[in-house]
Amino acid sequence: MSIVTVQLGQCGNQVGQELFEVISNDANDTQRKVYSECSSERFFNETANRELVARSVLIDMEPKVISQSIAKTAKSGKWRYGDRSHFSQKQGSGNNWANGYCVHGPRHEEVVMDIVRREVEHCDCLAGIMAMMSVAGGTGSGVGTYVTQCLRDEYPNSFILNHLTWPYGTGEVIVQNYNSVLTLSHLYQLSDAILVHENDTVHKICAQLMNIKHISFRDVNKVIAHQLGSVLQPALTGDSHGVYNRNPIGELMSSLVCHPEYKLLSVCNIPQVSSSSMAYSMFTWPGLLKHLRQMLIANSKMEEGIDWQVRAPSLQPEGIERTRSHRRPGFNTSLANLLILRGKDVNNAEISGFQHPSLYTPWLPADEAFSMWKTPVPFNKYEKSAILVSNSQTLLRPLDNMVGKAWNMFASRAYIHQYTKFGISEEDFLDSFTSLEQVISSYSQL
Amino acid sequence: MTQSVVVQVGQCGNQVGCRFWDLALREHSHVNKKGIYDEALSSFFRNVDSRRSVGGSCDITGGRIQSLKARAVLVDMEEGVVNKILQGPLRELFDSTQLITDVSGSGNNWAVGHWTYGSAYREQIVDQLRRAAEHCDCLQCFFLIHSMGGGTGSGLGTCVLKLLEEEFPEVCRIVTSVYPSAEDDVVTSPYNSVLAMRELTEHADCVLPVENQSLVDIVNKIKHMSHSGKPGSVIKKDSAIISGQGGVSGAEKPFDAMNNIVANLLLNITSSARFEGSLNMDLNEIAMNLVPFPRLHYLVPSLTPLYTLADVNIPTRRLDQMFTDAFSKDHQLIRADPKHSLYLACALMVRGNVQVSDLRRNIERLKPMLPFVSWNQEGWKTGLCSVPPVGHSHSLLALANNTCVKPTFMELRDRFTKLYRKKAHMHHYLHVDGMEQGCFMEALSSLSSLIEEYSQLDATKDRLMPDAARLNIAT
Repeated sequence: MSIVTVQLGQCGNQVGQELFEVISNDANDTQRKVYSECSSERFFNETANRELVARSVLIDMEPKVISQSIAKTAKSGKWRYGDRSHFSQKQGSGNNWANGYCVHGPRHEEVVMDIVRREVEHCDCLAGIMAMMSVAGGTGSGVGTYVTQCLRDEYPNSFILNHLTWPYGTGEVIVQNYNSVLTLSHLYQLSDAILVHENDTVHKICAQLMNIKHISFRDVNKVIAHQLGSVLQPALTGDSHGVYNRNPIGELMSSLVCHPEYKLLSVCNIPQVSSSSMAYSMFTWPGLLKHLRQMLIANSKMEEGIDWQVRAPSLQPEGIERTRSHRRPGFNTSLANLLILRGKDVNNAEISGFQHPSLYTPWLPADEAFSMWKTPVPFNKYEKSAILVSNSQTLLRPLDNMVGKAWNMFASRAYIHQYTKFGISEEDFLDSFTSLEQVISSYSQL
Repeated sequence: MTQSVVVQVGQCGNQVGCRFWDLALREHSHVNKKGIYDEALSSFFRNVDSRRSVGGSCDITGGRIQSLKARAVLVDMEEGVVNKILQGPLRELFDSTQLITDVSGSGNNWAVGHWTYGSAYREQIVDQLRRAAEHCDCLQCFFLIHSMGGGTGSGLGTCVLKLLEEEFPEVCRIVTSVYPSAEDDVVTSPYNSVLAMRELTEHADCVLPVENQSLVDIVNKIKHMSHSGKPGSVIKKDSAIISGQGGVSGAEKPFDAMNNIVANLLLNITSSARFEGSLNMDLNEIAMNLVPFPRLHYLVPSLTPLYTLADVNIPTRRLDQMFTDAFSKDHQLIRADPKHSLYLACALMVRGNVQVSDLRRNIERLKPMLPFVSWNQEGWKTGLCSVPPVGHSHSLLALANNTCVKPTFMELRDRFTKLYRKKAHMHHYLHVDGMEQGCFMEALSSLSSLIEEYSQLDATKDRLMPDAARLNIAT
């Protein structure tokens, strides 16, 4: 089964390109034919003369990024984008969600959907669609939301996963919180699941784990692509009886999104080291998983600086409802977790630490809340690696910050005129705020 | 790729414009060695085959450069400056049809420029603007360059601004306005400036105010530095922001150094729209991010580094120094102190070999020292363009929407009131058709209410503003 990727805006296009790069390298590296064939079918369309063409649609309202991506990948010679699978315009959306959603999106709907349709028709069997974008700017967020809406209408029965890059807390786009609030509130109605990477977190990973001195957007995007790739590459699910999972997006959702009120997913992985120190590093499954578990419960996105003091709460006897006072400070409650193990000796890894009911919300049995995929094929040069996709309270704080800052700005009505100009009213803003406050409230009550 | 059209009005506007075109050519020839008419070049220049008389346009990018024409409309009500351009090395850039001139000048009278010439040349100006617009494949922005103190730039310039709004409501209007010094030799400059201010406040998307005095100070400072000859402070040739070396114009004229600064401002503001980078910043993002309320669209520019030292020893520190300087008083292009006023929003447009981590480090470092309005504590907009300006390894343009513009406006108002109280020179204005005494009052009250809006924001400074109460969700 295949995944069609839709890359939107500068960020979506840059991250998307890195993702295909990681996947093509990973599939090429390994000697395991079944794995690499499965991966290829998933992400690439093989032409008659054995060229790999990414199953991807590139959309931007501005030409520079897309033309650069196409040129770069053509030069690499390993894979390329389809000749007719990109669409760009001359003038960007100007960081304005309303401009993207109300003007550019509808204006180019037909052309864009035609390209997507063509790409879908190239697939023998469609597993789902992944739309990649940032929430800060105008094109990724605004056009991205509009396109997601069109995808939902056109493919009502397909899985739609949105991969979102959240901006740095300070200093990318001043109206980023408005754009984020509008994007998230709309996507929450449209998307099946929303997988989030925060630039701030990834930046820290680059600085502290990878030891990169002058961190560029490329470095940040590579880490995101590595984590995404390790989720989406083939793996064996619990009930797949030795056959690689067929529909990673569908299975991701059935493992993690059991309730439409909770669809924010985050990823963390271990190990993550600089390429120069990889050769000198030895990892054992117990060590990796012990760290990963603590990263989960103490809500830290990387191995360094984990708070080891945080413990899972003791379980209350049946019938007594768990209340706020019983919760441990700093403890991150999960709704559901998916653990993916890749590499040597995966079958010996002991994963019971992730299955304990105390990690999860009481209304979902722990055996339904936890799933695991694994494969003995190492990923992207790591002999062993573990990835945790989590539907938990991890994103609660950044979401709450985002909404709080946007609300503060909204209270003084700053910048609103830029949105009303394109047809987004104050009421639309209020609706978006209301729906996100609802999400915040739901997650904080897990 | 989008295109922009430069409209230069009056003596000052045309002199600055002239420097802009020279430096723009220098920049593109530096980046584009092959002589191919590329996308970047197309944003300010047309490529015309002069051998073909009609329809001789070969604007399609990718071909060889034939003959470059500036996307510009030159307007002056005297002939002197424009004629000089036509006799100078840049003459090839302009067709005679791009020029609109008269012989008698506006006599430093806003009303003559705005009303008399405004109505006489209206059709011709609109025709020229339309023609320039038709040559564009996707017109994004008009850059209007003018001065505030005289008659033509200030009067006719703001009339052109209104025409732009009427004819091209969708196209962004960024105005570079040169404000007179307090010791201006034009007696009526306070009238002209205040009358022009009202038009700018109502019809521009963004105004980049530039003060003559600040330009003089910067030029003097650079000249002083380059003559002091301290060891380790040898300034690299060509690298000063006031230098026009490498351009096609030979000998420097008196105001060239000052005008080069403004020309560099325009080059840097458009760099990210012309060249590639890891974080693009398009021209329509400027107003979107920096203008929270429609009237408060005055963006104080500062440029760093003003020059590059020949001795390259401690690049990281120098890079950080560049960020620090952008917020210091003596790098602002108006006399203002942003650090001690209130920021509504701030853009950092970086060029050259600078990474996102350099940006983050410097924002974190500078943030505690800079007061931001309570609802925009993280009001930073950033752009990274990979092509540095000629002669530099990196550069920074900061645009601050900051209440520090207020003193300049208040000073202007004081000087206006002094004249107005005595009704001095007023009859010159009232003679002009279309001009009434009410215009003075309206302009004054528009300026006063603008000042008041800045004061109200200023009043929130240093006060702890509580967060707005969030919506409650019933559970």
